Amino acid sequence: MTVALDMDVPADVTRTRRSTTERRMMWRAFLFVAPACLLLAAIYIIPILVLAVFSVTDYQLGALSTRFIGFDNFTHAFSDAVFLRSLKNTVIYAVIVIPLGVFLALGVALLVYNRKRSRAFWEAAYFLPVTATLVAMATVWQFLLHPSIGPVNAAIKWFGFEPVSFLSNPVLLIPTMAMIGVWQVLGFNMVLFLAGLTAIPKDLYEAARLDGAKSPIDRFLTVTWPMLGPTTLFVVVTTSISAFKVFETVAVLTKGRFGSETLLFDLYLEGFEYSNTGYAAALTLIFLVIILILSIGQTVHLDRKVHY
Amino acid sequence: MTPQSLDLTGIGKGFGADDVLKTIDLSVRPGEFLSLVGMSGCGKSTLLRIIAGLERPDRGQVSIGGTDVTETDPSDRNLAMVFQSYALYPHMSVRQNIATPLRMRRLSLGARMPLIGRMMSSANALQEIEASVMQAAETLQIAHLLDRKPAQLSGGQRQRVALARALVRSPAAFLMDEPLSNLDAKLRAHMRDELAALHRRLGATFIYVTHDQVEAMTMSDRIALMSEGRIEQLGTPDELYGQPATLTVARFIGTPSINLLPVEIGAEGVVRLFGQDLPIAAPVRHAGPATLGLRAEDLTITSEGLPLRVFRTEMHGADRFVHGHLLADETQHLTLRLSAGEQLAADADGIIHISFAAGRAHLFGADEARIATSLTERAAA
Repeated sequence: MTVALDMDVPADVTRTRRSTTERRMMWRAFLFVAPACLLLAAIYIIPILVLAVFSVTDYQLGALSTRFIGFDNFTHAFSDAVFLRSLKNTVIYAVIVIPLGVFLALGVALLVYNRKRSRAFWEAAYFLPVTATLVAMATVWQFLLHPSIGPVNAAIKWFGFEPVSFLSNPVLLIPTMAMIGVWQVLGFNMVLFLAGLTAIPKDLYEAARLDGAKSPIDRFLTVTWPMLGPTTLFVVVTTSISAFKVFETVAVLTKGRFGSETLLFDLYLEGFEYSNTGYAAALTLIFLVIILILSIGQTVHLDRKVHY
Repeated sequence: MTPQSLDLTGIGKGFGADDVLKTIDLSVRPGEFLSLVGMSGCGKSTLLRIIAGLERPDRGQVSIGGTDVTETDPSDRNLAMVFQSYALYPHMSVRQNIATPLRMRRLSLGARMPLIGRMMSSANALQEIEASVMQAAETLQIAHLLDRKPAQLSGGQRQRVALARALVRSPAAFLMDEPLSNLDAKLRAHMRDELAALHRRLGATFIYVTHDQVEAMTMSDRIALMSEGRIEQLGTPDELYGQPATLTVARFIGTPSINLLPVEIGAEGVVRLFGQDLPIAAPVRHAGPATLGLRAEDLTITSEGLPLRVFRTEMHGADRFVHGHLLADETQHLTLRLSAGEQLAADADGIIHISFAAGRAHLFGADEARIATSLTERAAA
């Protein structure tokens, strides 16, 4: 027993000594992460909390008093015809933009990748829309799609069809804006896919050819598509987010007329045009939740498939 | 499939202005283990890629089993290749990796599609593929790894998977591009044995590219030693070691490297080393400067002979390498191989005397080609 006790003493001493060192290391670690944490709090977390507080009030911008109204803003939102329409429009927009924006970009990337001399030209050509401001470009699109003076309708008429009023026919509005959205994201996604393609080792293609993958479809399915998995995941997530954030095209082309509001546009109307700050805050929270669910869901679901 | 012969006639290939391959003629016999060996940049990998169909020759013809395949797509040549990087599909399990060559050949395009593939492929074909995969995996002792992904395997295991993927479909020939160079020394020696054993068991045609002469010497039936886009010598390992056709071959084959000494062939055909007549005669037409090649094991320590100042000895277990400079010309470095027990018997200045059996000497002319020699009368005396 005495022996055991004697042994315990130095063990205890080392333990306390170690715990002081550990504590000091921990403080040091906190010091190092503090700037990042403070920034995160200042830029993201506190604004979201403020937003959450606003969302349960009926605060109007400039009002002197405000009232706590619980979840009334949220229940109101889901019976608000404009909000529901904007939600539907945004979903339709996303359903068109995400697959087309991803798969067209992949197709273009595959075509551009195999060009040797003209590759730089095609890359620049497809990337230009990304660098252009969408507000300015939307005006150009407005001209292009104009029913009487636009070249697109001139072409349609030349083929002998009736001119199409892309920007006033309520059925065509969202799809038209979705096409502009696809045009906008295509170049960026293409560049991402090109980077992904460059990273695929050449000898995988050679191995596939010797393994009997004669047709390009086989090589695509055996090597390209699976190897692009991580890139595709990233492209899908970023495209979805930018699709749900559609705003400029609506603001410039239709200003929400003919029932063409989207989520962000409705939010903008409520928050800045009608000064319903509390309601707009509630809508923003809903929007945030949708984006979060989408990106987390996609990442978790797809990550299992693309990881190797 | 029975092993196939492989013939290259007049193969040439250039990249830009450089001629990487200059008119290569090579016949690989069915079931032969042939190594293409040479320094990096000698064109051996390009030649292998031309055989595989991954590279088009500028001129010449490739035929497999007597059929011209120069214009045939790699997928239709029925060759299997093991890459230096192994080129395993990282997203597939080991099982799927090995099955890929069979799926490509035995299943229809529809059956190979994702999602709908399962419905369109017959259970029979899938079972056959599974059985072949199992067999290949057992041959290479990787059956327990079938459900792993390549990232979860060690280098040696990946190597085995790459081999299994190659042999799962009994191809006309196996092409191997430095398959052992990414392994550590011990594993490499082990895989050398296994590859040789695999070749014996399969009886298939192997074409093996390596820059490591030891790999080539230990495994091959024949070696084609390449240099600057040409085949310097084609022969058995014994021939390349014992009768090197050119100085390049002599330099490349053998550890330690062959000892080379400048000699003079006199007008009467006598070979002179530092002014001394050697008991060797060469044809008179080669008169002029030449190079004498002596293998380290052909040098012996004698009481008289060329004096050599020893500056280092290297212990290799059974052998000991002795390095020294010739007293006659301090720039000349010679290496002797002694068995470990042998006495070095150097004097106080570290000087030993060496001689060699004239019959074991190799003589190369100014054009670097081997010169046939004969022993002169004096040697017999």
